[in-house]
Amino acid sequence: MIVGLDMGGTHVDAVLIHQGEIIEATKSPTDRSNLLESVWGTLKSLLSGQDPSQIERIILSTTISTNAIIEHKTDSVGMIIECGPGLPNDFLCCGRENIFISGYIDHRGREISPIDPQEIEQAVKTFKHKNIPAVAVTGKFSVRNSGHEIRINEMLKDEFFPITLGHTLSGKLNFPRRVFTSYYNSAVYTTFLKFSKSIYKALQREKICAPIYVLKADGGTMSLKAGEQYPVNTILSGPAASVMGGQAFLKASQDAVFLDIGGTTTDISFLADGVPLFEPLGIKIEGLPTLVRALYSVSIGVGGDSRVRVKNQSLVIGPERQGPPKALGGLCPTPTDAMIALGLIDLGDKHKAISAMKEIGGPLKLDPVAAAKKVLDTMADMIKDKVEKLLNEINSHPVYTVKELLYGKKINPKFIQVIGGPAKAIAPMLSKKFGMPCRYPEVYEAANAVGAALARTTAEITMFADTAQKTLSVPEMGLYEKVSQGYTLEESKMRALDLIKRQSMLFGAKEGEIRAEIIEENSFNMVRGFYTSGKNIRIRAQTKPGLIYRLRSDENVSS
Amino acid sequence: MLAAKNRLGLVLFPAFDWAISPSHPEREERLLYTQDQIFEEGIMDIENIKFYNPEVALKKDVQRVHFCVPDVDQRVTKSHLISAGGAIKAAHTVMDREVDKAFALIRPPGHHAQRVVYGDRGFCIINVEAVMLENLRAKYGPFRAAIVDTDCHHGDGTQDVYWNDRDTLFISFHQDGRTLYPGTGFLDEFGGPGALGYNINIPLPPGTGDEGFLYVLDNLVLPILSEYKPDLVVNSAGQDNHYTDPLTNMNFTAHGYAELNHRLSPDIAVLEGGYSIEGALPYVNLGIILAMAGLDYSHVREPDYDLQKLRQPQKISDYIKELCENIYSRWKQKDALTHELLKGKDYITRQRQVYYDTDSIMEYQTQKFKVCLKCSGVNTIKSHTDRGMPIFAVTIPGDACPSCIDEGYKIYKDTDIQKYYKIYLQDRTNDTYLTKGARNLTY
Ligand SMILES: [Zn+2]
Ligand SMILES: [Zn+2]
Ligand SMILES: [Zn+2]
Repeated sequence: MIVGLDMGGTHVDAVLIHQGEIIEATKSPTDRSNLLESVWGTLKSLLSGQDPSQIERIILSTTISTNAIIEHKTDSVGMIIECGPGLPNDFLCCGRENIFISGYIDHRGREISPIDPQEIEQAVKTFKHKNIPAVAVTGKFSVRNSGHEIRINEMLKDEFFPITLGHTLSGKLNFPRRVFTSYYNSAVYTTFLKFSKSIYKALQREKICAPIYVLKADGGTMSLKAGEQYPVNTILSGPAASVMGGQAFLKASQDAVFLDIGGTTTDISFLADGVPLFEPLGIKIEGLPTLVRALYSVSIGVGGDSRVRVKNQSLVIGPERQGPPKALGGLCPTPTDAMIALGLIDLGDKHKAISAMKEIGGPLKLDPVAAAKKVLDTMADMIKDKVEKLLNEINSHPVYTVKELLYGKKINPKFIQVIGGPAKAIAPMLSKKFGMPCRYPEVYEAANAVGAALARTTAEITMFADTAQKTLSVPEMGLYEKVSQGYTLEESKMRALDLIKRQSMLFGAKEGEIRAEIIEENSFNMVRGFYTSGKNIRIRAQTKPGLIYRLRSDENVSS
Repeated sequence: MLAAKNRLGLVLFPAFDWAISPSHPEREERLLYTQDQIFEEGIMDIENIKFYNPEVALKKDVQRVHFCVPDVDQRVTKSHLISAGGAIKAAHTVMDREVDKAFALIRPPGHHAQRVVYGDRGFCIINVEAVMLENLRAKYGPFRAAIVDTDCHHGDGTQDVYWNDRDTLFISFHQDGRTLYPGTGFLDEFGGPGALGYNINIPLPPGTGDEGFLYVLDNLVLPILSEYKPDLVVNSAGQDNHYTDPLTNMNFTAHGYAELNHRLSPDIAVLEGGYSIEGALPYVNLGIILAMAGLDYSHVREPDYDLQKLRQPQKISDYIKELCENIYSRWKQKDALTHELLKGKDYITRQRQVYYDTDSIMEYQTQKFKVCLKCSGVNTIKSHTDRGMPIFAVTIPGDACPSCIDEGYKIYKDTDIQKYYKIYLQDRTNDTYLTKGARNLTY
């Protein structure tokens, strides 16, 4: 049996899956003042009467870290930032104290100027004086040479906890994002650690010894232990849970649009050859861009409960929600009322839904049925416009080779996947608007919890080899080693595949389920004077997000 | 996050899969460290800075500027069309007011490519800025432009393209042609009969530093620009004046380049040469981006920057001061000079030899310009190389008067196909490009 749990803003959903079927599901309200109890209470009620020894694994998608940030309940963090020359640095101030130190690593990872230990000692004093417990250390180009961050860590480690070193979070080049990501990691560290400790304690009490995982924003899982190290990766896992949940109910091996239509919003994601698309660099958290790998997901303010009104002779849906649909006792007409009025959904008081449509139809000189159709039509148009705009953006993402520019992959959706309350009712309209089939699950429940339950472990590494300097590094793994001058791209790729497997297993993957792949490979001849001085090799490898298996369920197609 | 004062469009296209040859300066690695620096600085996250992919320039875009021998398809690769297309894309974002300014970081460069193209010279096949500018004029209508070439080499290709066009002022900063390829770019090269004085060369002595470049900008270039009043300013932004460049002998710095761009404030900048790929390009490009975006570039500095070593000797400062006075007075006297030179003449001809260093071809040209009072005048090029392939090309300029148009078509019609490998007609007034040739001839 697998346990999946998803904590949202209003509800906690949990499911128990056995041999591809949901055998038990629970839903309880989220208690914002006691998130741990919300998780544990839900789990307890899900598992009551089950044999704890039969549980294979438990996966949690929580808002523990996200909430701490939104409610400003994070630890204050002292930032040590090594900028080197380049952009002005004041915009990087994100900690309680921000100390900018001298020292400078260049783009090849060469030390141009060393750190000044006195500046670090001064930073220690300042942090101590202000009672700052947590620290994050980030340097420009530290992913090319982590020496400075590691030395500073040596000087701090007896005085502060936690300490996040920028290079350990991602090997990607983007210094400001690295600064903000390491800040958030230190800021939510103890919040997440407390949560994880109490989960372990509770499980022990209940004699459950199954491995426990958390869902990341990239739609993959990592062990709760790994989560303690890198809690920043658990931030905003909700949209990922929804996309992965959708995949559990629906088949896809082609390009597709994925829609999760909720009460107030519709989340839009995309699949490329059936695999969910990533944000190019990482998500934004409270306005700050980070390197937290995440599935691509954009929200628009239109959902089943959005307020519908007529303004200047035209229909306006959302972006706000003003209570439930009229049919369910609300005050404003909503798309859900339109669906009820048309008999597409059997819910609440149909008379009230029809009168809501009368209210809309009046100024537009439409009868209630025509008005209801117009509401759904407008809703589908809004979604379609946004999808097309996003697709256009995605398909014009920057490329850097002639081959990619001329023949690069473009996302060309062949169908739409839609989940959420209004899915079935709006599917025919979406299919008509987009001119492609629209698939939705016959029954679907707790999709986010299912997505969490069935997600695989994912990891990503960045490898950088410089055969002129005879170095090879994988910052995410803290790996820095010597290679021969003749080291080749082929050897690097083999090594990267081997390392990504090791990293995935560290994150809790089981050997058999790892689907490792190289996602980027480049090798440049470095020429100095008239001679080739070496090769500059860059590789990114990942374990693809995906499900351990799909649910046994039926899907419907509207076309 | 940081927000740029000016909305800036960037086309960053390092063409990581294209090289002239594996160890040539124009190889895959050239913009690798520039890209690293731009990525690491987080330029893509700065508000108001937007990245665009290049377009692919069309055959017609090339034909507006060049006579390719034997033709565009055989002479110009996809990589060249993408490089020019990158500049075109950058310029469109400015013209369409999507952004205030744009910078195309593209390769290969183009400023050594002249009107006739037999091959590659100075790593260039088609003139990227000219192809861009003429695309803009075809798309948005005529306007006055100034191209300021800050590459260390004389922009001899751009000079040739705009030699007789007074609607395009060409100003080239470069290391003195007596000391560097291509060996041209002297004061007396100042334009054809239709645009005398509108080609301005500023040959600077080896060792010129920030002080000298900024002196020339403030005391010569900016005053001329304020008199010329262009609708569009393009910086042909070569970066080989940098003190670390392996091919040249100047002492310009990344901060100097940024300062120059801040003061010049071009609408569009296009990367040209620059082969110090680790020590200069990452910093110079960053400096130009920040300056164009209206952001603080005072922290941009090279790893080995040493103010003492880079200080410009007084001797050079004095020389440059005198040079600027000399050039400026010629600019002021251009109308008188024109009158003097054209008095009683119906045609002006010039003989030229053009060496294609990359492909080792020597070309022999005769350019003949009609002196016309109503327009810049129909003109022709008769050319052949040391390998043969004689061609004849007729250009009807964009502002041509009816009699120059008729004369152009007549010359094209009357030219004997038996005497040439190929004959071209470039009718800029009607945006029409014709060729004819005796297919059975082999050279
Ligand atoms: Zn120049
Ligand atoms: Zn040059
Ligand atoms: Zn005329």
